[in-house]
Amino acid sequence: MLSKRIIPCLDVRDGKTTKGIKFKKNVDIGDPVEMARFYYEEGADEIVFYDITASSERRDIMIDVVRRVAEEIFIPFSVGGGIRTIEDMRAVLLAGAEKVSLNTAAVKDPEIISAGAGAFGSQCIVLGMDVKKVEPSEKTPSGYEIVIHGGRTYTGIDALAWAKKAEDLGAGEICLNSIDADGTKQGYEIALTSLISENVNIPVIASGGAGNINHMHDVLKYAKADAALIASIVHYGTYTIKQIKDELHSRGIKVRNTW
Amino acid sequence: MIAIIDYKAGNLKSVERALKKLGFPCCITHNNEEILGSERIIFPGVGAAGQAIADLRHLGLDEVLRQALETGKPILGICLGAQIILDKSEENSAQCLGLISGDVKLFPSPLFSEENERLKIPHMGWNSVHLVKRHPVLEGIKPADEFYFVHSYYPMPASDKYIIGTTDYGIEFPSIIGYKNLIAMQFHPEKSGTPGLKILKNFCTWNGHYAE
Repeated sequence: MLSKRIIPCLDVRDGKTTKGIKFKKNVDIGDPVEMARFYYEEGADEIVFYDITASSERRDIMIDVVRRVAEEIFIPFSVGGGIRTIEDMRAVLLAGAEKVSLNTAAVKDPEIISAGAGAFGSQCIVLGMDVKKVEPSEKTPSGYEIVIHGGRTYTGIDALAWAKKAEDLGAGEICLNSIDADGTKQGYEIALTSLISENVNIPVIASGGAGNINHMHDVLKYAKADAALIASIVHYGTYTIKQIKDELHSRGIKVRNTW
Repeated sequence: MIAIIDYKAGNLKSVERALKKLGFPCCITHNNEEILGSERIIFPGVGAAGQAIADLRHLGLDEVLRQALETGKPILGICLGAQIILDKSEENSAQCLGLISGDVKLFPSPLFSEENERLKIPHMGWNSVHLVKRHPVLEGIKPADEFYFVHSYYPMPASDKYIIGTTDYGIEFPSIIGYKNLIAMQFHPEKSGTPGLKILKNFCTWNGHYAE
């Protein structure tokens, strides 16, 4: 049976990870290629890179990172952040990423999803959704709204309706990030994750709020997430991926535990 | 030299990178002579069956594969390359290559797990393979090893004799098929970590003999 995926997320700016990880005697390593290889060897099922390079002139740095990562790791990885056009997608995929993640660009022009799926296949297109809890209203009946610019801008788009629309347009997967839970380490947004995951037929990666293994267990088991995104709990060495997987396995979650 | 067949079906670079890592020289090509002159063939593919078949025929690669199969050259099909070797596909109602008799089927919907959870389509992520036969290309693969899948259709050979491994996703479907010098897998060995690389390495040293 299919395993639930454990996916470390690396933020990259100008070719360096923004938070170095401390492992191997607290050596701080900020090289995304080294970190990707470390997580690959540790048993990550996939890796997400999020490019937060501000200047679009420096995009080539990320493409070079992708190319070097692809030579080192033999599991799927995706790249998001700043991808706006079919040409941006093509560059990242040709450099060796398995998937691209679209977020703001898709909100501004949903047709980019269908164009990307048409050009490269749905399996390459991940919709990144940043979501905030709001009072249910006519515009946002689910009580969850799509936000952009790191949560500073409300779009008036209902999160559930957007997820379904993106699926219809050809997105192959959803990476669902709760802005409310992000960075809190208080657990994933279970209600939101379950709402989206049970109402679309494409895989949903839960993101935002992981503070311990229990949180991961809950989002995978009760919220029916297909995968869990993690960042600081592995970057700062709170747990190794192996510890996470062993614990999840012992609690009845199907994970890949040999590699 | 290993020929990776190029018919615009994507994902070729990742196969090339994996072989490079393993130290086996390879080239991405649709040149018929080059393919027939190669030592072995990898036939990858991502995309839709209808378009893939049209592109293959346009490049004369359907005949090249048929000839390669007859001459005993080791052939490895990956993902779509494990589907369009059958007679026909439910995807685009495509007439396929017919190297193995059987059909390509869409996962039934709705699909449920044994625990009665609704399963999504595509089948995307890591899953294990139950080996029903031994095969030189699968030497050293353990029951717990998992492989990366991403697909909505699966190969269904007309006879069990072509089935080498199966995978459970609501239904038990054939995930590795083959006969003689042809072996094909629904998952992506080039994206499946150490066990996937082991399969590629085994293939790269396989002499093409397989006693069923």
